[in-house]
Amino acid sequence: MAAIELDGKSYEVDEEGYLLDLNQWVPGLADIMAKDEDAVLTDAHWEVINFLREYYEEYQIAPAVRVLTKAIGKKLGKDKGNSKYLYELFPYGPGKQACKYAGLPKPTGCV
Amino acid sequence: MSNVKKFMYINNKAPYGTIYAWESLEVVLIGAAFDQDVSLMFTGDGVYQLMKGQDTKEVGIKNFSPTYAALGDYDINKIYVEKESLDARGLTVDDLMHLVWEDEDEDWAEKDSIRVVTSAELAEILDQQDVVLSF
Repeated sequence: MAAIELDGKSYEVDEEGYLLDLNQWVPGLADIMAKDEDAVLTDAHWEVINFLREYYEEYQIAPAVRVLTKAIGKKLGKDKGNSKYLYELFPYGPGKQACKYAGLPKPTGCV
Repeated sequence: MSNVKKFMYINNKAPYGTIYAWESLEVVLIGAAFDQDVSLMFTGDGVYQLMKGQDTKEVGIKNFSPTYAALGDYDINKIYVEKESLDARGLTVDDLMHLVWEDEDEDWAEKDSIRVVTSAELAEILDQQDVVLSF
């Protein structure tokens, strides 16, 4: 089983790099996962990551991209609630990539 | 889109103890990506899936009931609950979660998703569907 090492602790991830236990998540993991994909996390990334964690906390699922886009637009403004903005931040797919950094499972409906 | 079909998902089993309720919900959420006209109906012990205040700590299963509140985000806002099934279990709509959807065309006005209908009305609704999936 693959794992990420951070501050002397080991965090297990699945074969695609998703954290196995979302309760273990700490922000530092997102930075390590991003570095692995040659990305640097900015405040704009964190807005989305934090939004996803809050969404999961409330509904117990990671939202589909379409739902995420709409909800981001409502919460953070129309200029951010579109797929162009989100794909620029997360070129591997806002659902897949941002959920991974947020320590969540791959979104339901992610085919 | 021209080939939108009417999908009805029938939920007839208690939420825990079998995997049907959760599987149904997952299929509904995944299917929502295909922009079809989706309805859900809850009959029999299936009405328990929508109960308020579910607590699964003692049975060691994830409480997925908060996920029903996300259905509105997925544009699923036709949730039919059979009146006779509620009556037979001494329940009313007040015992169920308050599920809403937001109407983008009316400045995100919140509207109720749950509609309590009689079995005769349900039969008519079922008659109008193109695809019926039973869980």
